[in-house]
Amino acid sequence: MKKSGALGKDYFDGDIIVREGETGDCMFEIQEGKVEVIGQKQGKDVRLAVLGKGDFFGEMAIFEREVRSATVRAVGKVRALTIDKRTLLRRISEDPTLAFRLLEKLSRRIREMDKEIVDYKSE
Amino acid sequence: MSDISREKRGNKSDPQRPAAAGSKLDDGSKIAVLGGGPAGAFFTYFLMGMAERLAIDLQVDIYESRDYSRSGAPGCNMCGGIVSESLVQALAAEGIILPDTVVRRGVDSYVLHMDVGSVKIMTPLEEKRIGAVYRGAGPKGITSSDWESFDGYLLSMAVEKGARLINQKVEGVAFQDGRPRLEIRTGSSESYDLLVVATGVNTAAFKLFQDLSPDYTPPRTTRTFICEYLLGREKVGEHLGSSMHTYLLTLPRLEFAAIIPKGDYATVCMLGDRIDQDLVDTFMNTPVVKSTMPPDWESAHKDCRCSPKINVRDARRPFADRILFIGDCGVSRLYKDGIGAAYRTSKAAAKTVLFQGVKKEDLKKHFWPACRALKNDNTIGKLIFLVVGMMQKIKPVRKGILRMVIKEQAKKGGRKRMSTVLWDMFTGSAPYREVLFRTFHPGFIFGLLWHLMVSNTPFGRVPRQKEAGT
Repeated sequence: MKKSGALGKDYFDGDIIVREGETGDCMFEIQEGKVEVIGQKQGKDVRLAVLGKGDFFGEMAIFEREVRSATVRAVGKVRALTIDKRTLLRRISEDPTLAFRLLEKLSRRIREMDKEIVDYKSE
Repeated sequence: MSDISREKRGNKSDPQRPAAAGSKLDDGSKIAVLGGGPAGAFFTYFLMGMAERLAIDLQVDIYESRDYSRSGAPGCNMCGGIVSESLVQALAAEGIILPDTVVRRGVDSYVLHMDVGSVKIMTPLEEKRIGAVYRGAGPKGITSSDWESFDGYLLSMAVEKGARLINQKVEGVAFQDGRPRLEIRTGSSESYDLLVVATGVNTAAFKLFQDLSPDYTPPRTTRTFICEYLLGREKVGEHLGSSMHTYLLTLPRLEFAAIIPKGDYATVCMLGDRIDQDLVDTFMNTPVVKSTMPPDWESAHKDCRCSPKINVRDARRPFADRILFIGDCGVSRLYKDGIGAAYRTSKAAAKTVLFQGVKKEDLKKHFWPACRALKNDNTIGKLIFLVVGMMQKIKPVRKGILRMVIKEQAKKGGRKRMSTVLWDMFTGSAPYREVLFRTFHPGFIFGLLWHLMVSNTPFGRVPRQKEAGT
């Protein structure tokens, strides 16, 4: 049975959800499916990460006033929900514990990056 | 189901006595939550999550006699069942993803219906950001087992965090040695370090606790009317789409009405003064409502209907030593986003009792400000609804508002001042204070005056919006 209750927006294989260099005022949470995060080096795509259900991306736009640092592309069918910068920052100012999960996720990413740097330097 | 007579964790040295001697929760502290609706479930989920981060081992018992897997009244906490845009986003930031078995319809737009015409207001990114849910398994007589209860889903999250679900009714409450003690229907009793009342306003249970908290005054309520129409998924999709339909009509005693698509059903919600069958029939037979519903809607099964109470004035002093009231039996939002208010007050309560303490002074200093912010915002909300009620009665004003929104929605970019004001008012997505301030903007005032003038001149007219019906 096809459900009608899905929240967020559907993206299909290859759809660009976030494009490197563009300005953004929201972050995204993956409700269903997978996305790949892609950086550019000398005109070539470099896959930086693959994210799945419950992961978020585009969060740098919430805390910095910089352009998007990478492109995010749908791998297969993806459903993602946007979280507005203003809504989130207002909520965090009322309830700082709302940032706990963001900090945990960011901390985990730093841990994974540390591991990758160690692997890279020891090669 | 768990039973109170089963395993009692409590204080390792004496399982009958609560552990915390002071005003702070600590390892082994025992908390009773009365009511497993959104307020009780959110409180438990956030309290257990924060305690886990701090490596504090708490025992939380949720007393809920309702079985949310049942359809109709036995499994339902009775409300319109809308999870607002701002709450959907806050929950996403918390890592709570509402599954598509819980959300019966993702809503991406509102259609405002008036006697002078209809207009569809889309979400900013044309994304489904509002969830239409059933509090229980669904309306009386529902046969499909593909869906889950919203309240049941939240409660299961709280239980997964380690809370005990006790499927018993609480018969009495008293203070003993400075701590609340609950008397259960089975004849057993249990003492706690903290009592959290989250019973809503549609049960007499919260009256049990008034003597424990003499300063507490329960909220003042009014009755609403909710009825479920079984139309079938195709007809719901064809006629209502993924829009919530709101009606600002000039019917005596009717303040506001909405039709919400949910799976195979359409939920009709009405708010006003003494809503009776005559008013319901009058509303359902107005041309604008008939044009929204399928032609044969009158023959649809409508066995499931109720008249639940909603808050119109907040509770006073919803806290005392080791006791607090959250959700509807404490302070909620006026008319809109009651589930969002339950999220906010329950989280404020969880933070306070864990980080600050459970004494009256702690609750007054750290929990009450979150309630007071809602309460103050409700005062502004009352003013807004009063003004809207007056404007609703003046046809030239209705025409001007409709023209302004239609013109805004036809534009690709640009500021959509009236659309966002109406959107936030009807969805409860922003505080009423913010909505009011936006109406003071010169762009809003001049825009409204312009559209009032143009739509009411002999040559002016209100354009029709394409596809405003769904």
